[in-house]
Amino acid sequence: MEDIKKRIRTIKFWNSVFWITGLLSTLVGLALLFTLLTDLFMDGFPRLSYKFFTSFPSRFPDEAGILSAWVGSFLVLFVTASSAIPLGVAAGIYLEEYAGKNWLTDIIEINIANLAGVPSIVYGLLALGLFVYFFKFGESILTGGLALALLILPMVIMATREAIRAIPNSIREASYALGATKWQTVQSHIIPYSTGGILTGIIIGLSRAIGETAPIITVGALTFIAFLPSSPFSSEFPFVSFKWLFDPFTVMPIQMFNWVSRPQHEFQLNAAAAGLVLMAMTLLMNGLAIYIRYRFRRKIKW
Amino acid sequence: MVKELKAEVKKLNFYYGSVQALKEINLPIERRKVSALIGPSGCGKTTFLRCFNRMHDLYPHNRYEGEITLYPDNINIISPEIDPIEIRMQISMVFQKPNPFPKSIYENVAYGLRVRGIRKRAVLDEKVEKSLRGAALWDEVKDRLNHLAFDLSGGQQQRLCIARALATDPRILLFDEPTSALDPTATSKIEELIIQLKDEVTIIIVTHNMQQAARVSDYTAFMYLGEIVEYDKTDRIFTAPSNRLTEEYITGRFG
Amino acid sequence: MAHNSYKKLKEKAIETALFLSALSSVLITIGIVVVLSYESFGFFKEVSLKEFLTERQWTPLFAEPKFGILPLVSGTLLTTAIALIVALPLGLTAAVYLSEYAPHRLKEIVKPILELLAAVPTVVYGYFALLFLTPILQKFIPDLSGFNALSPGIIMGIMIIPYVSSVSEDAMKAVPMHIREGSYAMGATKLQTAFKVVIPSAFSGIAAAFIIGISRAVGETMVVAIAAGGMPNLTANPLEPVQTLTAYIVAVSLGDVPHGTIEYKTIFAAGITLFLITLIFNLIGFWFRKRIREAY
Repeated sequence: MEDIKKRIRTIKFWNSVFWITGLLSTLVGLALLFTLLTDLFMDGFPRLSYKFFTSFPSRFPDEAGILSAWVGSFLVLFVTASSAIPLGVAAGIYLEEYAGKNWLTDIIEINIANLAGVPSIVYGLLALGLFVYFFKFGESILTGGLALALLILPMVIMATREAIRAIPNSIREASYALGATKWQTVQSHIIPYSTGGILTGIIIGLSRAIGETAPIITVGALTFIAFLPSSPFSSEFPFVSFKWLFDPFTVMPIQMFNWVSRPQHEFQLNAAAAGLVLMAMTLLMNGLAIYIRYRFRRKIKW
Repeated sequence: MVKELKAEVKKLNFYYGSVQALKEINLPIERRKVSALIGPSGCGKTTFLRCFNRMHDLYPHNRYEGEITLYPDNINIISPEIDPIEIRMQISMVFQKPNPFPKSIYENVAYGLRVRGIRKRAVLDEKVEKSLRGAALWDEVKDRLNHLAFDLSGGQQQRLCIARALATDPRILLFDEPTSALDPTATSKIEELIIQLKDEVTIIIVTHNMQQAARVSDYTAFMYLGEIVEYDKTDRIFTAPSNRLTEEYITGRFG
Repeated sequence: MAHNSYKKLKEKAIETALFLSALSSVLITIGIVVVLSYESFGFFKEVSLKEFLTERQWTPLFAEPKFGILPLVSGTLLTTAIALIVALPLGLTAAVYLSEYAPHRLKEIVKPILELLAAVPTVVYGYFALLFLTPILQKFIPDLSGFNALSPGIIMGIMIIPYVSSVSEDAMKAVPMHIREGSYAMGATKLQTAFKVVIPSAFSGIAAAFIIGISRAVGETMVVAIAAGGMPNLTANPLEPVQTLTAYIVAVSLGDVPHGTIEYKTIFAAGITLFLITLIFNLIGFWFRKRIREAY
């Protein structure tokens, strides 16, 4: 009996040791995130000003700003969103609601899982060969946006499928029992009920796209752009212009990368400031995604 | 023959959060006998059984009141001062569904010993063989002790779980509806085994199957809505119950 | 009746459109394979496969260019190895803690924050490796050069913790409670239950998580492009500067490389090497995930 008591003390001791180790391991990541944000904030915050957002990059660190970068990021993201969202959601709906179990859907399945694991820079190479040189879109906003669309497409598809899978079958049966066709069921039940999950996935995908650097460098975004793309609005009919799609561009992470690589300390402070803006955008989008997930989870209970 | 008690439950109350699941339970547990707990589902029999090895301590907001005294040491099993691990090392449990670990047959049986820090191969070998023989499984598995436990049939897996529970020489062995996931042949094997085992160990078994209780147990307690309605020798409960509820239950009029 | 056939036609058209969307994901893969092979084919017309695989130097821009991929592969493997030494133990420990120990409320808060680690733009991590971690490490290791494999390796490791911990934790959560109870009922502690029962039960899922982590580290670009240096270096010394496959592609893309030149083709040769390495890991990971689904 004494032996057992001693043994229990030993195993409980190690259990407590691990309990603390586990907590610390979990906190290491959080501590790093906190340090990272603090470090960026300390270095970058003093540089943030109205002028920083409204100036072009410059040889002089004090005058340099992120105007072309954030405009570029915004336009690229617009292209990405308008191509990846419809395509990804449609693909997700097909795979969950329409596809039978056959070799073709098996291949699509394996393929999507594999695509999610392909390094982002490989998408850049694809876009370089395909969009820049084969389709001759050039090193343009359109190319950059499409490159990122390829990258987040698997994420959008997977998020859509997961959201749809959470809808119980009884809902579908109820709809079919009323004589609805497949598309009517999808349109009036499946899509509305899975909106929360799909939206969450889309936002997380876009937040990943906004921070991506490698594929955008590969398709030849410039690191120094001191002008804005052409305006999407024109004074003549039809008042919108798509010329901007083919303009050269830069994006936030590339601007930051460019400044990080400079040896002068002042430029590195600019990099920190750009990083801070980038982090703010990412955190905001992720926060929004978490909020949406939470709201919809509370609203719909099966 | 003088009755000898292995444990005694005194005024046991149990709460899941604010819900009281067991009310004022008093029950003697006879040494080296099989005591059966029967009753309709939701009556609290499994909840009661899990008090004996403090399984409820695994989840938050569970609370015990009263006493379960373990003899001959006179310790209160549910006292907060006593570590649940100390209790579980002395009181083993066999579950509803066979739950072997993803390990070899040998390592499944040796698990409890390894948890206790026993490493000597000779000791382990001896205990594993003895427990497997005790669980009437030795002859079926002696040539493949290093095979995965999942390779066994459901009934064999359950006997393996019994061997696992026996390996640590428990003072009480708890069975929670051990045959509910098994076919009739496997069930009768387990029942024979339980009758054999009572020569060595005190057994408490929860069952929803009244014939099973009648076949294997010496004493039976009928539970209803978290209380013990009647407790007596098994043959008396099944032939001449003194309570109307008990009679209605064993004659199948409700439950 | 006419209305009905219109309805049928519409249904069919929609289904076809949806099917084509799903097929587009396959087209992407085909696109990757075709573009990478086509451009590398041009590369291998000028450089023999033997030189590519056995030459110990990678100097495509020199007057006398050498085209040995080994230094880039070794740089990739070195930074990946450092990342894994950090990420696997920390990620697995965090996963065990979150799945077996952490109170529910704490877990609900910690998990999303931990996942934010994977959401931070990698260029920010690169900044952090070069301008924050390397100077600190240099205080302890005076030999450490300004560009090195160690600092980006460590940062990458922390970056992939959530990939490892999240998928491992999901796998452990999927282990049915009655298996754990079997262990607790034998008097085991949480630690013993976690390591002797839960982890072996969740083995496939944890392996898949590790593979995802490896694949991420192999493909990570910006952290190494910023902080590891720009010199192809066949070394196993983490204190020296190295160049990875990904960082090489970035370095070449930053310059203005004319289409069709051998320099242009080298990035596709590096790219296809990278793609094949990650493809192997992804397929192993897929196989493990498939096994999980069959397990319970």
